[in-house]
Amino acid sequence: MSAKTLYDKLWDSHVVRENDDGTSLLYIDRQLIHEVTSPQAFEGLRLANRKPWKLSANLATPDHNVPTTDRDQGITDPVSKLQVDTLDSNCDNFGITEFKMDDIRQGIVHVVSPEQGATLPGMTLVCGDSHTSTHGAFGTLAFGVGTSEVEHVLATQCLIQKKSKNMLVEVNGQLDEHVTAKDVILAIIGKIGTAGGTGYAIEFAGDAIRSFSMEGRMTLSNMAIEAGARAGMVAVDDTTIEYVKGRPYAPSDEHWEQAVQYWKNFYSDSDALFDKTVSLDAADIKPQVTWGTSPEMTMAIDELIPDPTNESDPVKQEGMKAALKYMGLTAGEPISEVSVDVVFIGSCTNSRIEDIRAAAEVAKGNKVSSSIKQALVVPGSGLIKKQAEEEGLDKILTTAGFEWREPGCSMCLAMNADRLEPQERCASTSNRNFEGRQGQGGRTHLVSPAMAAAAAIAGHFIDIPLTNKQG
Amino acid sequence: MEKFTKMTAIAVPLDRANVDTDAIIPKQFLKSIKRSGFGPNLFDEWRYLDHGEPGMDNSTRPINTDFVLNKPRYNGARILLARDNFGCGSSREHAPWALEDYGIRVIIAPSFADIFYNNCFKNGLLPIILEEQTIDELFNMVFENEGFELTVDLELKKITSDSGISIDFELDQFRRHCLLEGLDEIGLTLEHADDIRAYENKQKEITPWL
Ligand code: SF4
Repeated sequence: MSAKTLYDKLWDSHVVRENDDGTSLLYIDRQLIHEVTSPQAFEGLRLANRKPWKLSANLATPDHNVPTTDRDQGITDPVSKLQVDTLDSNCDNFGITEFKMDDIRQGIVHVVSPEQGATLPGMTLVCGDSHTSTHGAFGTLAFGVGTSEVEHVLATQCLIQKKSKNMLVEVNGQLDEHVTAKDVILAIIGKIGTAGGTGYAIEFAGDAIRSFSMEGRMTLSNMAIEAGARAGMVAVDDTTIEYVKGRPYAPSDEHWEQAVQYWKNFYSDSDALFDKTVSLDAADIKPQVTWGTSPEMTMAIDELIPDPTNESDPVKQEGMKAALKYMGLTAGEPISEVSVDVVFIGSCTNSRIEDIRAAAEVAKGNKVSSSIKQALVVPGSGLIKKQAEEEGLDKILTTAGFEWREPGCSMCLAMNADRLEPQERCASTSNRNFEGRQGQGGRTHLVSPAMAAAAAIAGHFIDIPLTNKQG
Repeated sequence: MEKFTKMTAIAVPLDRANVDTDAIIPKQFLKSIKRSGFGPNLFDEWRYLDHGEPGMDNSTRPINTDFVLNKPRYNGARILLARDNFGCGSSREHAPWALEDYGIRVIIAPSFADIFYNNCFKNGLLPIILEEQTIDELFNMVFENEGFELTVDLELKKITSDSGISIDFELDQFRRHCLLEGLDEIGLTLEHADDIRAYENKQKEITPWL
């Protein structure tokens, strides 16, 4: 048998049938559902008098519209409320498991599923959300789909798909102590560009990637979509298996050994061929800050804001100029002198326990700068919130002047009440710095949780550790 | 999905290129939880003189009488005659939903944006691509003859009219089959239900924990 990549193995093990036109009917093991992209899919089922093919394959939770304060008041915005109520009633009526807003297990769908063990190695997983790539961290084929496809999966447990090409992104060598998965993925996107992965499924490999915890691998895979790839993944190893063990939806004792044996096949054979390979040296990667309105517009914390006149491609040059204008930045300025108004620590990229620990470590014994209008920490799920509280992280953060919120997407896309005012500058641990993403006219800089916390304390972007650098 | 075989209807001429999906259905309506009901807000910014928001009573809103859809002679139109690159911009499936809800089943244009074109077939709409010159002639005929009707026959892949025009069009076999049979992709996939079950049975041995 010829050598296969991780992606080939995941694909091949899920093909139900191959169609004459080059598409395949691909079996989907798990579908995650949230309130924004599912109502029409449920309505479609109802109109066609169809039933979900396999109820237990689905798992739902509201995240985009939920408030992060005063949960006991319910959702005050009527349009948001209707979307969440609709999810609740659809799940109730069809019999789909949902962690509702008042359930401690509720949270951002891409945080909740791995935490529950509902994301498992070797499976296919979809959700009506582009950041579904997150789950690839488990050696899982996971990608975002549209509303018609959500309905298609509900009704048939399958999707008609064309296979992507294989791309390998290798990061080898030793990362500096303060360089996180977020910095690595931003550096990768900075190198290959936001369309660099278009048409590919990316596998992240190399010893620097192997050294990451599952949290780090999820941060990495989460942003594969920002590099243009619908799916990003990491091969299964002991770290993966250790993480999954004992979680509510993980295989029980009876099947555990069988599952582990099966999962261990999900890696790329050493002689497998990739259509494209990109390599980065871990030692070259520094803590990153994005300066523009696309995730590829990223730079190291110790660099100067790039000058568009040095760009030879006229289209790119115009793009850079427009980005600097929108962001209110001047070419040649050190990014570390740029002051920040708002700090947001959260989103499906960076709202897991390790992220909160990293922020708390920086915050400990420090105070949020008086120039900061708001510094939010929004855990990714109710369970993460609880764990952080048990570890006393909330106290450290609130003592330093951060706000400690209820779980949800929050200021990542500002669909609830958390949003930037025009021209406000935000150090954000989320994944998209598009114009208006965090509120109309808002300016987003993507950073790691530690870098965001450091910016909150210094009042401007600053390298970590903060020791002797404050002021 | 509703079948499409043959239809005779008034054609409404939308004489602009690059009509994007935001124009077809503006973003404030995407918070809706329904796939239906977008018809009254189709081309909202062009059709009405005020700013539309979800939940408004559209029947009391001020109408832009200059907009072609509002002209009485095109009442009941089910064919949209359009220009280049129709449906460009955001991938929102709400755009074909709005057209379909309004009553449009056929869109004739020299070219369509990719995603929109695909989304049409998922929702029972027939997008037809014709030569620029043929489209120009159709626009002229529609402008000159009030109540001008076209017959679109998908079986024969022909557009005809009482006035004697006869235009052949091309469509990929698979898509034509789906529309003629009223098969949505879900319906098609369900034709392979036995294959899906066979796959599931096989997997039960390999991954019994799923
Ligand atoms: S946290 Fe942000 S990126 Fe993630 S699912 Fe929510 S809105 Fe999307």
